[in-house]
Amino acid sequence: MAKETKTMNLNFGPQHPAAHGVLRLILELDGEVIERADPHIGLLHRGTEKLIENKTYTQAVPYFDRLDYVAPMNQEHAFALAIEKLLEIRVPARGSYIRVIFCEIGRILSHILNITTQALDVGALTPSLWGFEEREKLMVFYERVSGSRLHANYFRPGGVHQDFPVGLKEDILEFCKNFPKVIDDLENLLTDNRIFKQRNVDIGIVSPQDAVAHGFSGVMLRGSGIAWDLRRAQSYEVYDKFKFKIPIGKNGDCYDRYLCRIEEMRESTKIIIDALNSMPEGPVMTTDGKVSPPSRADMKKSMEALIHHFKLFTEGYHVPKGEVYSCVEAPKGEFGVYLIADGSNKPYRCKIKAPGFAHLQAMDYVIKGHMLADVPAVLGSMDIVFGEIDR
Amino acid sequence: MLKVNLDPNLKEQFKSLKVLENFSEPVLEINKEELPNLLIYLRDNKSLRFRQLIDILGVDYPKRENRFDVIYLLLSHEFNNRITIKTSVKLDEALASVVPIFPVANWFEREAFDMYGIKFTNHPDLRRILTDYEFEGYPLRKDFPLSGHTEVRYDDELKKVVYEPVKLAQAYRDFDTESPWEGTKYIKKEQDKR
Repeated sequence: MAKETKTMNLNFGPQHPAAHGVLRLILELDGEVIERADPHIGLLHRGTEKLIENKTYTQAVPYFDRLDYVAPMNQEHAFALAIEKLLEIRVPARGSYIRVIFCEIGRILSHILNITTQALDVGALTPSLWGFEEREKLMVFYERVSGSRLHANYFRPGGVHQDFPVGLKEDILEFCKNFPKVIDDLENLLTDNRIFKQRNVDIGIVSPQDAVAHGFSGVMLRGSGIAWDLRRAQSYEVYDKFKFKIPIGKNGDCYDRYLCRIEEMRESTKIIIDALNSMPEGPVMTTDGKVSPPSRADMKKSMEALIHHFKLFTEGYHVPKGEVYSCVEAPKGEFGVYLIADGSNKPYRCKIKAPGFAHLQAMDYVIKGHMLADVPAVLGSMDIVFGEIDR
Repeated sequence: MLKVNLDPNLKEQFKSLKVLENFSEPVLEINKEELPNLLIYLRDNKSLRFRQLIDILGVDYPKRENRFDVIYLLLSHEFNNRITIKTSVKLDEALASVVPIFPVANWFEREAFDMYGIKFTNHPDLRRILTDYEFEGYPLRKDFPLSGHTEVRYDDELKKVVYEPVKLAQAYRDFDTESPWEGTKYIKKEQDKR
């Protein structure tokens, strides 16, 4: 006689420290083996796309900080690039360099958070304490350049809001000099750590074909061995001027993705140093008065500048009719914006393509047949941030 | 410059196909019946290999007969190309799900359904995804108000969260900041021509 078995349903989250935010994961378990995972998302849904349709282009920029709040500027970047494409404006060289520097700072910010919390999820406390110290330093750079640690609103269409304040360049260089040592320390704690390896090696293996079919991008794709990086393949800003390596994994498991992130931080540090050393002088924002606001000093003297300033911050600029998709290699993968402009001062439609959305969707496929304890490890290695998934 | 090597005889295979260009990337317009076959063709053709579906998005044009645009973005890693495919549906029409072609389409279609009410036939699990459980209406449609219809608060007497119709303490301030001057309209027309 066949034994009757019954699967058990388990609610993982929405309030669970390893859910990386507000994920409600409904797991169907056979003993401790997962048969099905059904992520319920949307608990952080704020209707960003709807709000953007009702705001001028200038007012829409800060919403992008609030998507992936771990690396805010990378998101703004995609939006700025989309508008620049439609408006056909060029970013001055210095502005481009500053963008590259802060995109890479964002990448380090995101990867530190991900690596250390992934370690935390599988039982290692120390890396997060060490890593957050470095994140704090980087967020101070954010604050010095934009006035805010998180919601920077710094990448504006046409360039960046302000030039570096005095001394920032030297301080970032100093940070980059010391940071590889910190990565070494983190690696000392984790890379050969027996427990960390037991929890991550051969867990959540994704084959290259499946990674493509399931819409993976960024580290999730590279961890599976596909050398695809938008910074190289579809270069934007001045990324083609820098030499950097694209680390790829061999097995496509959680451990390979961790290794990729570690190497990417090293590459990012090199890019930042290169960019700081080769950064040209000049304006950081386009000088087209119809898009970029005039300087404070000009406004005191020039009537035209005053009018421009008033019009820019009330009516905003008009973006000519058109549609464009622009994307950047955000720390988590391909972050894109599909912008439809109808010629007015507000976007007609602004679709945000968040990399994490596709990654989380594959949760069911990746976790099937794993043990319950592997859920935090897989979630951690997917680099889930709910700001961008729920939008 | 990215260029896609499209077969010029493609129009014989797909009757409703229109090939346009946008920022030197191809945009294919096609009716919804031929869409799945076009996607299969783009995915499997050896000189195209658009194997990754990047996103699916709906767009609402309330005044049009075919009210919704559904846009598919594809990426080819091998040839480093992107392509956009556009189709449109009427308000109560459904279009075929592309989940059998691209598994990633599952949530993208759920999102389009959630936000616009666009239905996909043969979708394995067409539920709402981002909005609240038991949410009503389709928030990204142009006729859906920005404030929504309901708001939630914690009721201390009932000891639970309750849903109520939206009561705004202050009317939504929708400033019409476009200049009322006749002159600028004239300039605007000139700008639009360009």
